[in-house]
Amino acid sequence: MSEHFDIAVIGGGNAALCAAMTAAEAGARVIILEAAPKPYRGGNSRHTRNFRCMHRGPLGPLIESYEEDEYLADLLKVTGGKTDEGLARMVIRTSEECLPWMEAHGVRFQPSLSGTLSLARTNAFFLGGGKALVNAYYRTAAKLGVEVRYEAKVTHLAFDDDKVAEITYETGNQTHHITPKAVVVAAGGFQADLDWLARAWGPAAKNFLIRGTPYNRGEVLADLMDQGIEQVGDPTQCHAVAIDGRAPKFDGGIVTRLDCVPFSIVVNKNGDRFYDEGEDVWPKRYAIWGRLVANEPDQVGFAIIDSKAINLFMPSVFPPIKADTLDELAAKMDLPADQLRATVDGFNAACGETDGFMPTELDGVATSGLTPPKTNWARPIDTPPFYGYSLRTGVTFTYLGLKVDDRAQCSIGNRPVQNLWAAGETMAGSILGQGYLAGFGMTIGTVFGRIAGREAAAHAN
Amino acid sequence: MQTELIAEARRQAEICNACRYCEGFCAVFPEMHADGTFSDGDITHLANLCHNCRGCYYACQYTAPHEFDLNLPKALAEVRHASWEDYAWPQPLARAFQTNGVALAIALVLTTAALFLAIFALPGDGDGFYAALSHGAMVAIFAPAFLLPLLALAISVRRFWQDMGGGTPGWSGAFGSTARMTNLAGGHGEGCNYEDEDRYTQARRMAHQCVMYGFLLCFLSTSSGTVLHYVFDAPAPYPFWSLPKLLGVPGGLLMVFGTVWLADLKRKSDRHLGHAAAWGGEMAFIGLLFLVAATGLLLYWLGATALMIPLLALHLGAVLTLFLLTPYTKMAHGAYRLAALLKHHQS
Ligand SMILES: Cc1cc2nc3c(=O)[nH]c(=O)nc-3n(C[C@H](O)[C@H](O)[C@H](O)COP(=O)(O)OP(=O)(O)OC[C@H]3O[C@@H](n4cnc5c(N)ncnc54)[C@H](O)[C@@H]3O)c2cc1C
Ligand code: SF4
Ligand code: SF4
Repeated sequence: MSEHFDIAVIGGGNAALCAAMTAAEAGARVIILEAAPKPYRGGNSRHTRNFRCMHRGPLGPLIESYEEDEYLADLLKVTGGKTDEGLARMVIRTSEECLPWMEAHGVRFQPSLSGTLSLARTNAFFLGGGKALVNAYYRTAAKLGVEVRYEAKVTHLAFDDDKVAEITYETGNQTHHITPKAVVVAAGGFQADLDWLARAWGPAAKNFLIRGTPYNRGEVLADLMDQGIEQVGDPTQCHAVAIDGRAPKFDGGIVTRLDCVPFSIVVNKNGDRFYDEGEDVWPKRYAIWGRLVANEPDQVGFAIIDSKAINLFMPSVFPPIKADTLDELAAKMDLPADQLRATVDGFNAACGETDGFMPTELDGVATSGLTPPKTNWARPIDTPPFYGYSLRTGVTFTYLGLKVDDRAQCSIGNRPVQNLWAAGETMAGSILGQGYLAGFGMTIGTVFGRIAGREAAAHAN
Repeated sequence: MQTELIAEARRQAEICNACRYCEGFCAVFPEMHADGTFSDGDITHLANLCHNCRGCYYACQYTAPHEFDLNLPKALAEVRHASWEDYAWPQPLARAFQTNGVALAIALVLTTAALFLAIFALPGDGDGFYAALSHGAMVAIFAPAFLLPLLALAISVRRFWQDMGGGTPGWSGAFGSTARMTNLAGGHGEGCNYEDEDRYTQARRMAHQCVMYGFLLCFLSTSSGTVLHYVFDAPAPYPFWSLPKLLGVPGGLLMVFGTVWLADLKRKSDRHLGHAAAWGGEMAFIGLLFLVAATGLLLYWLGATALMIPLLALHLGAVLTLFLLTPYTKMAHGAYRLAALLKHHQS
């Protein structure tokens, strides 16, 4: 079968769709190769809820203003300076024009969701979430004549010196080849390949849960790196948060988040505490807890609270395990009862004055003489019924990716590959070396997807 | 109330409550997220706030084959229908007519036959239709046929109100949003995801408005006739330039147009995002509304011909069926929905 496309876009999430629509608007014949079947199209983008957007005055759903320097400062805070400032500023500045562009391509916004008011100024929420965004983009892409192939997994890009010559992809047990003039890779990270994750992180990674799509297995990333395409980002690291231990292995998404840790004590499977649960407000700590839990035996933690705390946090999708005594709770959660009781007693004895307890801010209500301490929200766990949640490490994305320049172009040796661009998660390491800023993933994908689409179309014409 | 249906809707509502991505679509989600606990009454309330636009299905990242298997429009539709059946009195009538198009058709045949009988058995006493069936006979048949079902419906909705927790209704907010059908706009003003998967269109909202306003105009037309008859001693038939005709003709046209449109949309939509078993009953109900309007218009057009008598029997039979079965068919949804909105706008 010989088919003629100007541009092949590998992947079917936000970055891929932004690239495909932009290229099609520039007159190119575009095909999207999406590994997932149609109901699961859209990768991790289908799990998102907002993107972070610079704005100099009120814009769409966004209130007040959020300017370049503040945005950059927020980013530098979470990446500990591991940021390419030039690219980051470019993304931030361009984000402002993205919002109206997204609306013009079918995305609808809604006011900040209940429980997330702190983001009302900085993040624009998609009405219906990321799947609604992805649906809207597929509709617009279809109108622009973009062809979409589902269950089409790209396995190999063949090079002819510094050009991609041919793409190989599989549908079921058939193998296909196409020879587009230009290629955009937007196939996400490799976090769904647990073997790769285990090679990078250690065997513990087999116990991690993957918060998003099972289809981001990094086949294209591995294939390109093997052939010498420049890479970037720490190959051993992933962004991981603590989520409900009962979440599905893949695709659990937002509802598996668990916000109870600051009001709890967290023990490992031996019944021992291992970290200050009250170090900071949860949005600033949930990523640290992903790693902390990963370092405990069997990669699991258990958050214990009492009835005073049960209504202080957003509900998780799974109901807590509930018991009238700590012994009963220990039995239900498979924890050593004696040790759990000893840990709770020791913690309760170390709690002091609790009158200043303030669930919404750092209240300084701390333990004394306890290791590790709990430095905020430390109230005795003494009012039955008692509740428990298990915690596991949930991987959001991996940092390893393709290195691109400010035109989204990939390189080999120190030359650009003439017809290869990358966008989204798969090149996010070019900007963001560690940490994560809520809503920045979709911003990078939108900005770089549009650039990649534009550049690829210019090349193809 | 069927406990499995409530339990399934509750399971899904708990997932939504942890997600909240659909908050902007309609009144269901803010209501759901208000306190996060779901009594049976709360679930029934949510079910009657939902108008099955399907926005939250196509937007959901957890629909089958995902193991969470979200299909909130369907879960709420099933609870909603079950609630109409449960609150209705007598219940078996609702069980028969909500879901069963054949039962509705049989009812229609019976009422039409009864009216034929009445037309032949009872003397006429005036011009036009009254020559066939006297005004007195019509009143004797239709006044109770109108008022008794309304009473039954009122009792049902009162029970629904109490199960939702009672209290003072939020009148102004609820009427404002009903008049504009705000919720049918889908949160962004672009309508439902009904007849073409995830594409937003205004079609269903507009078709529904045609039917609703058409019905109200026809109802006003009849009321104005009653006022003319009793207050101004001006009995039917009325000329074109009279209040009953000026309200009734456009009303009838709107209803005919709206019901055909609605039926077409319903035919194109995915049955599995609603209460699939009620599909036949709902289609039959749309057909009944169509018949009421179409025979009314035909009567106006052919009222002076020999077709008048059969048309009159059919029209009055259809109207009688519609009235009598109000508490037991989709006709009741308006009352439940209004009550749910009155509850929603309470504080
Ligand atoms: C639960 C969750 C919530 C999140 N919430 C937010 C948020 O609110 N805001 C935000 O900015 N970011 C959020 N993120 C991060 C965000 O999802 C990513 O930054 C963003 O979606 C990346 O978009 P992308 O297009 O690069 O990749 P994806 O959307 O993951 O798309 C990758 C695509 O490539 C396809 N693919 C993979 N391998 C192949 C192959 N070999 N051949 C063909 N196709 C292939 C996949 O099927 C998929 O369609 C969240 C992530 C998760 C997991
Ligand atoms: S329907 Fe799906 S996307 Fe919408 S709120 Fe519920 S779980 Fe979330
Ligand atoms: S189907 Fe429409 S009205 Fe019903 S809950 Fe979903 S979004 Fe709301």
